[in-house]
Amino acid sequence: MDEMEGTIKKFLYLNRRAPYGTIYALESLEVVLIGAAFDQDVSLAFIDDGVYQLKKNQDTVKVEMKNFSPTYRALEGYDVEKLYVDKASLEARGLTTEDLVVPVQVLDVAQMTELMAQQDVVLSF
Amino acid sequence: MKFGILVNEGPYQHQASDSAYQFTKTALEKGHEIFRVFFYHDGVNNGTRLTVPPQDDRHIVNRWSELAQKYNLDLVLCIAAAQRRGMLDENEAKRQGKDANNIAPGFRISGLGQLVEAGIQSERLVVFGD
Repeated sequence: MDEMEGTIKKFLYLNRRAPYGTIYALESLEVVLIGAAFDQDVSLAFIDDGVYQLKKNQDTVKVEMKNFSPTYRALEGYDVEKLYVDKASLEARGLTTEDLVVPVQVLDVAQMTELMAQQDVVLSF
Repeated sequence: MKFGILVNEGPYQHQASDSAYQFTKTALEKGHEIFRVFFYHDGVNNGTRLTVPPQDDRHIVNRWSELAQKYNLDLVLCIAAAQRRGMLDENEAKRQGKDANNIAPGFRISGLGQLVEAGIQSERLVVFGD
């Protein structure tokens, strides 16, 4: 474990799917929360239907699933503060940053490409 | 090179598991190091020893177990993902009061920290998924 101490890598969690239909979004968030304990340089990006993960006013009562969207607001407490959203994905779904539960930085395709290129580890869910 | 491998899909349903196996096997044969193979989401189902595929098909679970034995490979199933999907080792079965366990030889169950550690320790973390 000594070798690991002091190693700080850039981790990007790439969230591509809607929050409910499949379990990817929820289990991605579980990795982010556990991973926070490792003090790495963490970013989260939301593209395609992944932008729906951040949508305000999610109501999951009738589908009998846990609404985990409040957890995104707690990420700040884990020092996970770099959240990026793909501009085209947001616009294609008629959403603006006003519709999201947390403040995010909106990136165009070139900027998102640059963000990905900068990373050491990209975990795609 | 030192690789970490993440397998996010289950066996037979999705080719990701086959591709991960082929990649891992070939990397090892070529003399590369595999720090760890971590199974997440439905990928944990790659580690059930109760799998019984038709005789004329590949046995995905046994294939992983054999590779683990040959190369002393670290195969880790995520505990949270495994428990949701009914995957238990002997200790967990006891702890949860269940009457059976189903982990295949060569696999172990551990936490998500093992995935993050694989990301830190490996030169490349390769994700196999949908």
